[in-house]
Amino acid sequence: MQYFPLTDKQREEIKKEIGIKDIKELFSDIPQEKAWYSLDNLPNALPENELLKRFEDLGDKNTYSDYLSFLGGGAYNHFIPEVVNYLSNRSEFLTPYTPYQPEVSQGSLQAMFEYQTMMAMLTGMDFSNASLYDGGTAAIEGALLALRKSKKNKILVAENLHPEYMEIIYSYVQNLGIEVEQVRYNRETGKVELDELKDKLNSEIGGFVFQSPNYFGVIEESKEISDIVHSEKKAYSVQVVAEALSLPFLTPAGDNGVDIIVGEAQSFGLSLSFGGPYLGFIAAKKEFLRQMPGRLVGQTKDVDGKRGFVLTLSTREQHIKRENATSNICSNQAWCALRAGIHLSTLGKSGLSKISKLNHLNTAYFVKEIEKFDFVNVKYKKDFFNEVVLELKNDNGIEFLEKLKNRKIFAGIPLKWFYKDADNQVLINFTEMHNKADIDLLVKEIGDLK
Amino acid sequence: MSNELNILPELIFEISKEGKVGYSFRDIDISDDLIAIDKSKLREDIKDFPELSEVDVVRHYTNVSKLNHSVDSGFYPLGSCTMKYNPKINEKIASLKGLNTHPYSPTDCVQGNLEIIKELEKWLVNITGMHGFTLVPAAGAHGEFAGMMVIRKYLESKGDARKIVLIPDSAHGTNPASAHFAGYDIKEIPSNEDGVLDAKTVKEYLNEDVAALMMTNPNTLGIFEKNIMEIADLLHENGSLLYMDGANMNAFMGIVKPGDIGADVIHLNLHKTFSTPHGGGGPGSGPIGVTKELVQFLPVPLIIEGKDGYSVNYFNDAGIGRIKNFYGNFLVIVKALAYLMALGKENVSKVAEDAVLNANYIREKLKDVLDLPFKSKTLHEVIFSDKDLPVTTLDIAKRLLDYGIHPFTIYFPLIVHGAMMIEPTETESKETIDAFIDVMKKILDEAKKDPEYLKGAPYNTPVRRLDEVLAARKPVLKWINEENEG
Repeated sequence: MQYFPLTDKQREEIKKEIGIKDIKELFSDIPQEKAWYSLDNLPNALPENELLKRFEDLGDKNTYSDYLSFLGGGAYNHFIPEVVNYLSNRSEFLTPYTPYQPEVSQGSLQAMFEYQTMMAMLTGMDFSNASLYDGGTAAIEGALLALRKSKKNKILVAENLHPEYMEIIYSYVQNLGIEVEQVRYNRETGKVELDELKDKLNSEIGGFVFQSPNYFGVIEESKEISDIVHSEKKAYSVQVVAEALSLPFLTPAGDNGVDIIVGEAQSFGLSLSFGGPYLGFIAAKKEFLRQMPGRLVGQTKDVDGKRGFVLTLSTREQHIKRENATSNICSNQAWCALRAGIHLSTLGKSGLSKISKLNHLNTAYFVKEIEKFDFVNVKYKKDFFNEVVLELKNDNGIEFLEKLKNRKIFAGIPLKWFYKDADNQVLINFTEMHNKADIDLLVKEIGDLK
Repeated sequence: MSNELNILPELIFEISKEGKVGYSFRDIDISDDLIAIDKSKLREDIKDFPELSEVDVVRHYTNVSKLNHSVDSGFYPLGSCTMKYNPKINEKIASLKGLNTHPYSPTDCVQGNLEIIKELEKWLVNITGMHGFTLVPAAGAHGEFAGMMVIRKYLESKGDARKIVLIPDSAHGTNPASAHFAGYDIKEIPSNEDGVLDAKTVKEYLNEDVAALMMTNPNTLGIFEKNIMEIADLLHENGSLLYMDGANMNAFMGIVKPGDIGADVIHLNLHKTFSTPHGGGGPGSGPIGVTKELVQFLPVPLIIEGKDGYSVNYFNDAGIGRIKNFYGNFLVIVKALAYLMALGKENVSKVAEDAVLNANYIREKLKDVLDLPFKSKTLHEVIFSDKDLPVTTLDIAKRLLDYGIHPFTIYFPLIVHGAMMIEPTETESKETIDAFIDVMKKILDEAKKDPEYLKGAPYNTPVRRLDEVLAARKPVLKWINEENEG
């Protein structure tokens, strides 16, 4: 088999060298009554061409590409320049381990340092780490970071946080003695109820986790929120971003007084890939440095005075601090962060501005066009980024989406999946990959449903 | 020295020039009048953000990439990391357009993808003897966390969550950290002079507060925990569970099933044993397998195979809940399945056989020149110490870089002085290993003749020894535009 370079002759030579006759002698510590099992239920080896064919056939069983999709909700279909695939697939980037030997890992380390810098620029924060698993786990890491810093064990979370992120937060805290309380959103604006936030905030609260743009696509009042949170000592605002492409379009979190920003950066050069691998990010004000979870790359000098990069401040991490580490994360999403760095460099300042704006304008165009029908209604008409909630007067969301699916359109996500009181609401996403004709078609097909 | 002329690539920000464009995309065809956001919320400019042409980006990242050592460029015997060859066909398969779907697609439109997940679950069930798997965890540590949460949920369902998790002194740091985040206190348990856990010692540590023992098997010394069945019995009699860290499953995949020797929960690392590339630190994938009693506590989503195809349970009140978005690191799952299908059932045990053969060959060839702190049989890796050497493990590691070889894992496990943990894997040829052995002997010879020279190594790498103290003392974690300063 092609993955085994030893020849039978060499195997015999090695056996002789180490003084064994039978390979089984090497495994004699293993309980022999249980060893050497058969794998009869599994298939035989597939040659390369048949292997490829097998997966092409599996791909053909997915009928996804037959549909025009407006699915978003934390996973977005964006343009990826080909150089991102080309460069990230260089085996120098793809096949090394974590850069434990910096002298021969400057490639990974420099790329991570550049990624950290770009994320700090986009978020307006003092620093970023080198990646977390995904948006949902980044949300809980952000919450835990705020609590570590505040030395409190109660946190407020906005009700309109991505429902999966919310579930992840509840899963993680269940054994940590941390209390989570939700702050409702306003049913008219889709935004966090600021009065309720004020009411629920007290000296026991370590922070407030909110999403902007929130799960309904609406941009929150981050500055006001941060001001309210800061009225309490040692309470921190944690902004979650599930659509990183909103970062180049909107006032940076740092300028709004946000303390910690976390989220999902799949939109930066990672394909939909049925949900992974994606890219969790976290950036914060410098006062959070020593409490940060995950890897950090820092600049330094070698013995000749040359600039170089190393993994740094690792006394926060599990391999040193063990159970007292800031997080248990070890392997992260380094290669995804590399792709994000390449993607961001390729689009550059102008590309990011243009494409993020196009996302918003496509959405705004839909909002304008759909106004002509009175049996559907865009629920939050102001301050959306690239997603809107459509309210249906005659239909429930699941049936509405099923009808459009029959017309070869995935028109969105039924909010009924996650919210009890949202039977007749669907979440629709528009990106730069949709052109006017796609949106016109969606509007026409919705119109035909009347 | 030789690297005087070796010029490092600049940072991407330093080669940026105002007005350069590196992409092409259609122009905006919708009027700005439709903007539905307050001006105060819109961003004006991303200060200092790169502006480059496409060729600038390509040259930059190409030159940066060349500063890396990788599996594809040379030997990488990093112990406990299983740096095996990453098959190229798997990259092609992971890039197939047909697999690239949205995670919220209606399930009848992604049957192929759901089949991929279920197929890999089946392979792992058959290889490990566990009853059920989840492929959701994003990495080994994430799997450990999920596994410990499952254990806790199970014990709670019996009315007794318990407080303590026992962890051997040779364990990876992620074990105690993961157990801690599942709400447990950690008690460290010593291994014996043979480098393994004694059943007698385990018994002494057991009481009604012990929820589980986390055992890496083979352990980080490369030694099979031969008392595992006896220890599992003791744990089970005590109402405790056995968590097996399968980071080193490459050592006995196809030889013995963890489920047959007492493990209640295990995690595997698809980015180690199952050949998916490490990508400079991730993405990984850390599936967990559990016994029949524990299946109901696995995280969501769960894929169900029925008569009419595959469906998804996106919610399950009995379980630990959701620990990650969507279905896990799906493309990593795809590559691992492709690897196993290429191997076929007939080659699974051969992986372990060749991996163990290669490691024992290195042990045999170096045992006379390096101290072997534990004499027990070792499987997929061998650990030496720097006892009685005129230089340290670090010096040897750095000198290896000059010879184009990535060093082994150093100073781990902590119970060995100056540990050198060498794991060659099955995908290395005898020629490569012979060359490594020769280089090691040469370096040890150099160390005797001129230890000072080794302390200055490496000499031939893009940068030389880096000042890690400076990096930590005055952290510089992003590029600063000096033109804006002062």
